[in-house]
Amino acid sequence: MKTTVDLLQIGDKATILNVDLDKIPLKLLEMGCLPNNDLEIIQIAPLGDPIYLNVNNGSHLAIRKETAREIEVELHEK
Amino acid sequence: MSIQNITVALIGNPNTGKTSVFNQLTGLNQQVGNYPGITVEKKLGFSKLPNNIKANILDLPGTYSLNASSIDENVVIELLLNKNDKLYPDVAVVVTDVENLKRNLLLFTQIKDLEIPTILVINMTDRMKPKGITLDIPYLEEQLKTKIVLVSTRKGIGIEDLKNQIVEYKSLSTEPCLNASIIDVEYFDKLRKAFPNQLLYKLWLVITQDVNFLNLERNEIRSSFTKSHSDLKRLQQKETIKRYQFINDTLKVGQNIDTTNASDLRSKLDKVLTHKIFGYAIFFGILLLIFQSIFDWSSVPMEFIDSTFANLANYAKNHLPAGEFTDLISEGIIPGIGGIVIFIPQIAFLFLFISVLEESGYMSRVVFLMDKIMRRYGLSGKSVVPLISGTACAIPAIMSARNIENWKERLITILVTPFITCSARLPVYAIIIALIIPDKRLLGFFSLQGATLMILYLLGFGMAIFSAFILNKILKLKTKSYFVVEMPNYKLPLFKNVAINVIEKTKAFVFGAGKIILALSVILWFLGSHGPKKDFAKAESVVLQKAKIENQTDKNYIADEISSYKLEHSYIGIIGKSIEPVIQPLGYDWKIGIAVVSSFAAREVFVGTLATIYSVGSHNSEETTIKNRMEAEVYPDGRKIFNFASGVSLLLFYAFAMQCISTLAIVKKETNSWKWPVIQLAFMSGFAYLTALIAFQILR
Repeated sequence: MKTTVDLLQIGDKATILNVDLDKIPLKLLEMGCLPNNDLEIIQIAPLGDPIYLNVNNGSHLAIRKETAREIEVELHEK
Repeated sequence: MSIQNITVALIGNPNTGKTSVFNQLTGLNQQVGNYPGITVEKKLGFSKLPNNIKANILDLPGTYSLNASSIDENVVIELLLNKNDKLYPDVAVVVTDVENLKRNLLLFTQIKDLEIPTILVINMTDRMKPKGITLDIPYLEEQLKTKIVLVSTRKGIGIEDLKNQIVEYKSLSTEPCLNASIIDVEYFDKLRKAFPNQLLYKLWLVITQDVNFLNLERNEIRSSFTKSHSDLKRLQQKETIKRYQFINDTLKVGQNIDTTNASDLRSKLDKVLTHKIFGYAIFFGILLLIFQSIFDWSSVPMEFIDSTFANLANYAKNHLPAGEFTDLISEGIIPGIGGIVIFIPQIAFLFLFISVLEESGYMSRVVFLMDKIMRRYGLSGKSVVPLISGTACAIPAIMSARNIENWKERLITILVTPFITCSARLPVYAIIIALIIPDKRLLGFFSLQGATLMILYLLGFGMAIFSAFILNKILKLKTKSYFVVEMPNYKLPLFKNVAINVIEKTKAFVFGAGKIILALSVILWFLGSHGPKKDFAKAESVVLQKAKIENQTDKNYIADEISSYKLEHSYIGIIGKSIEPVIQPLGYDWKIGIAVVSSFAAREVFVGTLATIYSVGSHNSEETTIKNRMEAEVYPDGRKIFNFASGVSLLLFYAFAMQCISTLAIVKKETNSWKWPVIQLAFMSGFAYLTALIAFQILR
């Protein structure tokens, strides 16, 4: 299923399809948020934001919902 | 054989243990300074290597790539692009974390493109077994065109290997490990032809980065090879993808991760530490522990330091030959130094906690937990670090705001951090609270004095949040907002790292602030014990005459009268009297006025100034502590000068006023304009004056 990272639940795994290059900082790409890489939602902060991810199997980072919205993913079947 | 000097640069992503490697290579043999003109910390250490080689080891700021997004990262690029720099490395050591090789290697491939001899350190190799990681080192060395050294700074393994490898730096390959120029062949070909003597990757960095390049004519390069901003961005993204492809392909063969036996401490800890209830409860508990250490645990060494310096001053006074010089030492220099040294316990405790929280990886979880809450007030989750550090000192706190990517959030953090009660306010609070709040306990255990201190802290914090809220509404800054925070693995902090960090930070604070305080206390002593000739010299005759008329024979009384007459007619007295009209409505006399004015440079000077003024002004040996002296100060009509109303007014003034030149200087540096420190000064000090005025007029 095609969706964006801000809509995923804790424990969801997905593959990055597309990253909106004009809205995403280069730094995030350098940390592994690139098309075809996998990501997993580790935790969502108590107030629903930010989101804590494991990207490209090892790069752990937290991003805000507004950024997560710009990352398109294909959700893996459970 | 002669001694040879070489320069080694340590480069790596944050959280790879780069500084641990640095500490193990150099021991305590390091200097911490600043890069000229900017506030980025420059860490240089020295290490003796085999074959009579001495290495200058440079610990460069952590960076994720050579695409700079902060001044810390600029430093790395500027150095690596300038072959004429004194510190240009003979060899680069790129430090990586074995659990995060994929991401860490991105920077490595960029460094390789600069054709500097490069060694790859894979750190934290003690984690390989528990994580089921195996590496094919010969394959990786071949693909990455480098030598690999496996290191575990925790176990102290591999440092000798690294030293030996550094010695052999001339045999290292300087060949890039991938060809990034294929992302736009035509463009890079043209670039190569136009500047045949320059390194292609260097040219590319000059075109894409906003940093200073000394030897390359950037305008020339840029004008002939201009591309639109979005085209450049797209190319940079293509470059990043290209590099990752290479790294992923290399690691697919060279690294094997067997997750079947992997322990999962990280996710268990994350579940608790970022839990919606436990997470906040634990954070609150840690904050309480920090405050407990600052107020309670450090009071013992502080009292010891206080009495030691008082005794020392007395000793100097009694044992050195009487005269100007002895006075300078016992009344100026010793109390001045004492006023600095007394902060060491608190500063050390605070840096100890902050360094443990950062080393362990916990701080990132706090940032994660607090971000949404802080954002309501125009701050970022990353503002938590400056706000906590601000309880020690606003200067390192404001520098740590650099991690905040969003300029508006960063600016607001910088502007409100000085409201947080820093340790320099503590001695002021402590002495005034002791004077005006009775030492009583409510309900048997609740100390009134302690509660007052607590209220002052909350007041500072509340004011910081309130002003952030207002600034967030007023400031119309359009900034591209993004927020990325790395969530590093949990680690037991290394004792050596924490110890070195605490020592360095404390030293920097003591010597930085110390110079100002010491200089000021000497100046104050001079101004207080000298005066314009006529009045000042007449002191003894005037007082003796007056004593004769009043039939006073008490020697102590006469001596006291002489010194207070002298003080009143000294330079400092004259200055103090001239500002009296401004400060009288706040309930201060001219002596307090002097202390307030001189503590504009640094708050803690307040107590030292009063100590200097009163020790110059007193010959009564029974009134040794400053507190007793302050208590004994009365107006001519017998009213106490430090009463409840003037005390509260002083407390409020110090809670809000911007009394710190160093903070203003750092704000100027960090915001790169005088506008913000001036606004900050006017707003904070104006607000302080107003609240102090209102409080005194109501309470008196």
